[in-house]
Amino acid sequence: MSSPAAVVGPTSGLDRAAVVRWARDNGVYVALVLLIAYNLIFTPRFITPENLNVQLVLCTRIIVVSLGMAMVIGTAGIDLSVGAVMALSGALLVQFSSFPGGAAIALALVVGGMVGLLNGFLVGFVGVQPIIATLAFLFAGRSLAQLLLSGKNPSIHNESILAVSSGSIFGINGLIIAAAVAVALVAFVMRRTNFGRQLLAVGDNSRASYLSGVPVRRTLIGVYVFSGILAAWAGVMDTASITSANALSSGLNYELFAITAVVVGGTPLTGGRVRVVGTVAAAILMQLLRSTLIFHSATDAISQIITAVVIIAAVYIQRVRARA
Amino acid sequence: MTTPTESAVAGGSPLMDDGGEGYRDGSPAGLRARAAAVLRRNGVAAFGALAVLIVVGSLLWPSFHSADNLRNTLLGNSYIGIVAIGMTLVIITGGIDLSVGSVFALGGVVGVYANNNAGPVAAVLATIVVCGAVGLINGMLVGFARMAPFIVTLATLFGVRGLVYQITNAGATTYSVTSESFFAHLGTGTIATIGIPIFLAVALYVVFHTVLERTPFGLTTFAIGGGEDAAVLMGLKVRRTKVTLYVISAALAGIAGMLQAAQLVSASPIIATGYELQAIAAVVIGGTLLTGGAGSLIGTAAGVLLLGTINAVIRELQLDSTWNNVVSGAFLVTVVVLQRLLIYRRND
Repeated sequence: MSSPAAVVGPTSGLDRAAVVRWARDNGVYVALVLLIAYNLIFTPRFITPENLNVQLVLCTRIIVVSLGMAMVIGTAGIDLSVGAVMALSGALLVQFSSFPGGAAIALALVVGGMVGLLNGFLVGFVGVQPIIATLAFLFAGRSLAQLLLSGKNPSIHNESILAVSSGSIFGINGLIIAAAVAVALVAFVMRRTNFGRQLLAVGDNSRASYLSGVPVRRTLIGVYVFSGILAAWAGVMDTASITSANALSSGLNYELFAITAVVVGGTPLTGGRVRVVGTVAAAILMQLLRSTLIFHSATDAISQIITAVVIIAAVYIQRVRARA
Repeated sequence: MTTPTESAVAGGSPLMDDGGEGYRDGSPAGLRARAAAVLRRNGVAAFGALAVLIVVGSLLWPSFHSADNLRNTLLGNSYIGIVAIGMTLVIITGGIDLSVGSVFALGGVVGVYANNNAGPVAAVLATIVVCGAVGLINGMLVGFARMAPFIVTLATLFGVRGLVYQITNAGATTYSVTSESFFAHLGTGTIATIGIPIFLAVALYVVFHTVLERTPFGLTTFAIGGGEDAAVLMGLKVRRTKVTLYVISAALAGIAGMLQAAQLVSASPIIATGYELQAIAAVVIGGTLLTGGAGSLIGTAAGVLLLGTINAVIRELQLDSTWNNVVSGAFLVTVVVLQRLLIYRRND
């Protein structure tokens, strides 16, 4: 009687661990498929090429910011400054809008990278906790953007900046292409470069990485610079799509949305792992979930509450992995 | 299945482990390290900066140290000050509570609603119970389900704000009290020309300082932050203490929100966004370590007052109030970098 139980115990335990691991790795895709299936059946006129295109365009900015956040979280850090960098980037585009569009965008990206450099320096060299190092710029960045714009929301008329949103290649919206470029870049960096491997090593165990010759500080700085540039790029996309700079609303709370997408996408907060496709899927999932609720005339309030439940569920699955 | 010890030992990875074990290595001069520890612990740096700021401000502007200015600054910062108490306690255990801003808004709505239906005593009780329930959810998920505090409270930040929008119909339903009511006096009233919220904030600081420094509960709080596994092995009630602390944090945030609603004679669903970050900034400036195990409420009080005084200086300079955040952010970095340079020697 007792011996079969003893055999079954560990076996079912293993199965459970395997199931949990599978759920953690693929849960976001399953949820996405289920949500689309639900909408095919219950929401008329939701799954149409036009609407899916709109939904995708709506979440492009979050995708771009989330990828930078995923890399930072891969080093067991966090970047709270991304939303502020987006606002600052928009404000800078206004300042530089007399320049040729490409130069203005490049300058905005450079400033985003400089913010990342500051964050990375504080984290890598001074040893300040990431949450505090980046919290400072969350305060300062948006206010700097407001001061740059002196409280106005000036329109952007520069054609090449606006082309980021209004342009299209083969009928694909410019914002989708802008996000796809970022996805491809991050996927390449994470899968094919030394930097990507070093990033994961630092996240896994920064002490061991240091002892085995990984340039820990340089890697940390690089990660925050990357995140800053991606956030600035999202700011350019945001500004181009609303055709004006708004220091108050551009990128507001994006740090929270991005963390949500990264966590729901299956990247553990403890570092050492970055899931690029999972993060993109999670950003799309959160967007579809929200608009599904709106289609079914739930209020924004309800969708916020459901967001909270999704976050808890996603992390609960990860937690079980941490113990297994 | 899982004994308490097992489950407590297995997880418990702090979100931001930046390898800050440098302070344990004995190489820097012990005296300097000890002096630095004393400085850090009681937020002496923050008090020093505060003193400098007040002296400079008083020399430059005669009106700066006027009683009116002082009263307004204290009153304006008593709410965030109350929020920062709970935040300090949670951070000392190595946790964090991002939901306080949303709970603050919830406290205002619940307080006004209960007051209008059942009177001021019910208002206080209902606020504590409803907001404490949010803290209970946070605490259970952190303490028993062993989830990362950052993520749990991020979720309740969204969820509770959504709840507040839902019960106010996104602000369409207004919750207000008459300015003559007893409830409104909690916020607008004065004793010897000093606002009642200031008295309450000071009283709460005294109570929780005593709890933290003089009771077993306070010792357990420090022990959890110092080393959770060790605390479990010592037989301390780690999980129960954690739950209690998140309940305290949420209840205090709710009370602060209720007081501000009383002062404004109405509850706003959009109030207090970003308060969690302000409170964290004040706590960190006050010398409490985010890694847990060290900190003090005296320091936090200094941090709150320092940020409030920066605010007042900027008002005095007649600068755009947006400069507040820029200066506060710069100050936060400066203080943290100084603490870091003064206290830690990185060994990597």
